[in-house]
Amino acid sequence: MRVLDRKLLRDLRGMTGQVLTIGLVVAAGIAGYLSLRATWSSLVDSRDAYYERYRFGDAFAWLDRAPEGISTRLEAIPGVARVHTRIVHSVRIPLEGEEQTATGVVVSLPPDGNPPLNAIHLARGRLPEGGQDDEALLLEAFADRRGIEPGDTMRVVMDGSLRRLIVVGIAASPEFVYPQPPGGALLPDEERFAVLWMDRRAVAPVFRLEGAFNDAVFRLNRDASLREVVAEVDRILEPYGGRGAVGRALQPSNYFLEGELAQLRQFATVLPIIFLGVAAFLLNVVLSRMLALQRTQVAALKAVGYSSREIGGHYLKFAVAVVLLGALGGIALGAWMGEGITNLYGQFFGFPDLQFRLRPGDTVLAVALALAAGVAGAMASLRRILRLSPAEAMRPEAPTRYRPSLPERLGLGKLVGPSGRMVLREVGRRPVRLALSSFGIALAVAVLVIARFSSDALEFLIDQQFYRAWREDVTVTFTHPVPERGVREFLHFPGVRRAEGLRTTSARFANGHLEREAALLGYPDGARLRQLIDGEGNVMPLPETGVIFTRKLAELLGVSPGDTLRVALREGRMRNRTVVVGGLVDEMFGLQAHMPLRELNALLDEEPRVTQAVLTVDADRRVELEQRLVEVPAVADVSTRAAIISRFREASGDMLTIMTLVLSAFAAAIAGGVVYNNARVALSMRARDLSSLRVLGFTRKEVSTILFGEMAVEVILAIPIGFLLGHWMAVGIAGSVDPERYRLPVMISPWTYGYAVAVILLAAALTAVAVRRRVNRLDLVGVLKTQD
Amino acid sequence: MSHPILEARGITRTYRMGEVDVHALRGVDFALMDREFVVILGASGSGKSTLLNILGGLDQPTEGSVIFQDRDLSAVSDAQLTRFRRRHVGFVFQLYNLMPSLTARENVALVTEISKDPMDPAEALGLVGLEHRLDHFPSQLSGGEQQRVAIARAVAKRPEILLCDEPTGALDFRAGVVVLEVLERVNREIGTATAVITHNVSIGEMADRVVILKDGRIDEERRNEVKTPASELHW
Repeated sequence: MRVLDRKLLRDLRGMTGQVLTIGLVVAAGIAGYLSLRATWSSLVDSRDAYYERYRFGDAFAWLDRAPEGISTRLEAIPGVARVHTRIVHSVRIPLEGEEQTATGVVVSLPPDGNPPLNAIHLARGRLPEGGQDDEALLLEAFADRRGIEPGDTMRVVMDGSLRRLIVVGIAASPEFVYPQPPGGALLPDEERFAVLWMDRRAVAPVFRLEGAFNDAVFRLNRDASLREVVAEVDRILEPYGGRGAVGRALQPSNYFLEGELAQLRQFATVLPIIFLGVAAFLLNVVLSRMLALQRTQVAALKAVGYSSREIGGHYLKFAVAVVLLGALGGIALGAWMGEGITNLYGQFFGFPDLQFRLRPGDTVLAVALALAAGVAGAMASLRRILRLSPAEAMRPEAPTRYRPSLPERLGLGKLVGPSGRMVLREVGRRPVRLALSSFGIALAVAVLVIARFSSDALEFLIDQQFYRAWREDVTVTFTHPVPERGVREFLHFPGVRRAEGLRTTSARFANGHLEREAALLGYPDGARLRQLIDGEGNVMPLPETGVIFTRKLAELLGVSPGDTLRVALREGRMRNRTVVVGGLVDEMFGLQAHMPLRELNALLDEEPRVTQAVLTVDADRRVELEQRLVEVPAVADVSTRAAIISRFREASGDMLTIMTLVLSAFAAAIAGGVVYNNARVALSMRARDLSSLRVLGFTRKEVSTILFGEMAVEVILAIPIGFLLGHWMAVGIAGSVDPERYRLPVMISPWTYGYAVAVILLAAALTAVAVRRRVNRLDLVGVLKTQD
Repeated sequence: MSHPILEARGITRTYRMGEVDVHALRGVDFALMDREFVVILGASGSGKSTLLNILGGLDQPTEGSVIFQDRDLSAVSDAQLTRFRRRHVGFVFQLYNLMPSLTARENVALVTEISKDPMDPAEALGLVGLEHRLDHFPSQLSGGEQQRVAIARAVAKRPEILLCDEPTGALDFRAGVVVLEVLERVNREIGTATAVITHNVSIGEMADRVVILKDGRIDEERRNEVKTPASELHW
């Protein structure tokens, strides 16, 4: 080993505390990147393998009823490689011992039980036997939540009649990774949505679809144009009540899955940049100080003939060693965390063979980025000392120029004592260092803010959506459109105080070549339970004519108020109509179009009909009401606001808690790293000053006050900057969410700001204690004897 | 008569120290002869350290030239100056400037590793009488011993020129004499041309030639007909 390298090792050992704190920040950056990145890539790989192995379709079509013979016409469409026709029908599942019912869909299986497309993964049990009309496979997610095993029986309401089915097997399918009830829901609900696969010969008579199908799955040729295929499928299926075909991208389960994965990838990019930036900064601080202290050593090395490049290389190795140390820890931590996060997502998605894999490429990239950051940080401080001529380096640095600080020049100097003035002048002498240090701590504050931001946004969303826009206590969904006057019947149900109808349908809006699928909603006159809320939080009345669009939907379609656009309806006799944009509304969820009920009924060419009833009820009679509601034959689903909200919190809960904890730990590492290193640097650079003060009779406490005064200034400045940075990052994260699904409001609660401040102050206090021990150990005589 | 190995012609040096301009040298002509032992005397601020730094390629003159092997060192790049120091010059400083994290042997190896045909570090340390202190860290050595390590470090690469800046400045009399004896021995046995700067007039008695600097100029120059051995010096 070369002698310089031996010096390197001993220098590293002599600076353990600083090496560790910087290594920790580097480790946090690499672990953050690797764990999220590996989770993302593992999930993508598992998804691709799952889709491939179980032959997930490329396009999907839903319709009312078409004779089986139509499938040959679909197969003849250029670009279509294969068509699998099925019967898919919604059912209701009364739950033992519960007032609420679950909803489900029955999906038909071909006679051999093995669909050519959208195949099923049999987790346990067996396939239904052909000809047995009471055997079914049950979706694994639902079975697990409900503790249902092969051999158990289930009660299912199929087309109005209660049947008893035997669950013979537990299964999963790529089409139900994110189980979505057919009507569309805000969130997947594994506990209350089931999929049952049954023999087609058993299902067809129940839904009067013998020799017919109402669902088709397509495999396309590699070079097929999805757009052309979809248009052709729609044309062929239109007379059979075709509700519009979609590609894989808009298949509900895949659509949600993609959204999750995109967000994960975004997170995996933003976080590490922050950590590596801070690590570069810390290396810069520590190396600057090391070089200042080793100034004469650098000079001696130069004098005996070492070139600037060799000396620079020596100190760069220091940075590289620290980064590599952190990187090793980061890789280990990242792999461990990544596996944990992947398994968490795995439980959520239920991929059958989820493999966690750390890609070597990602690891190499992470370490390379960390090294680049470290070298960049080191170079900045090296350049200055390497420019010195060796003779100049041999002389002690010229006395630092101090001058009265700004507050003193403003005549406020008398307000602080000599210690305070020393702090202010020291701080004022190195404004750039102060700014960078504060910025580093501010980044930690910002990370803490975004750690809790998602929870804040969720709560705000819940408040806006479920208390201001949707004000009902109970939502009743009908199996089919019912006459509006029927809604009034609910007023005779126990505890119901107000009942309003709601008509929902789905439609495809088109403006030129811009098209978008959206929900179309009709509201009765004087509706009070469902209201549109504008950006300022005020109730927005519906216009007499015209349609109010979600602002995002209007953007996607390129229309503004007053424009006319085409709408392809999914129900009714006149499928192609036009509507006028009557106004725009900011909504946080989905893509919707709103209009008066009678206008929608007219558009659909139907008598006044509704598909949902929204009710306000007396809290103490709600259970009684729900029991009555599930007995009504036309009712498909009953949900309560409380249940939706708790499901909402539950779905995001685990992930948010883990994110908050991990980010908080990382932020504490950053704040601790910055404060500790700055304090250590200040302590060693000013050991002589501080010892002199001690010799003059200053107490340890007074000396510490001077040292920690600088730290305090850094932390205090960092807090507002951190709030601002956190807000910007939150805006960035909100922007990374798929805007067609929901638009995350940038709302940060005072509690979150308070939390960020508390964590930072705690981290700063702990580091202060660690450094204080060193102040106590200052060697008064020794320090004064050493040479400059 | 031997030939000059290093020659300074008309050199001046001005630099800024804090907010003050310092005229360290105001036109100095000086030649160091082959195998010669020169002592440069002067009070603090007379410019002797500046002259030594310029001679050794640690610094460059504001005006004038420094000739080594027919090359003007005042006009060469930083890399060439580094090469000059690496191959031809050994330095000894008042404050030793050893690497505190390296042992005596390692401090010498620091130089032998980057030299052609160096001595073995142990041999160099033997030359300064420290063969029994090879693996001690600077903090475990006395000031005189540290300075002898610095001399071993300077001569281990067998330089043509050895430049010493107040080598005894931080030492007591006894330790100082031992260091001077080592310098004397190196000059005699290896034939290294040696320049020692000091404000200690007595040390001049051991030199071939004494140059006295005052106010950035050469004030006086004299040749010793009889050299006093270092062991017989008194101050």
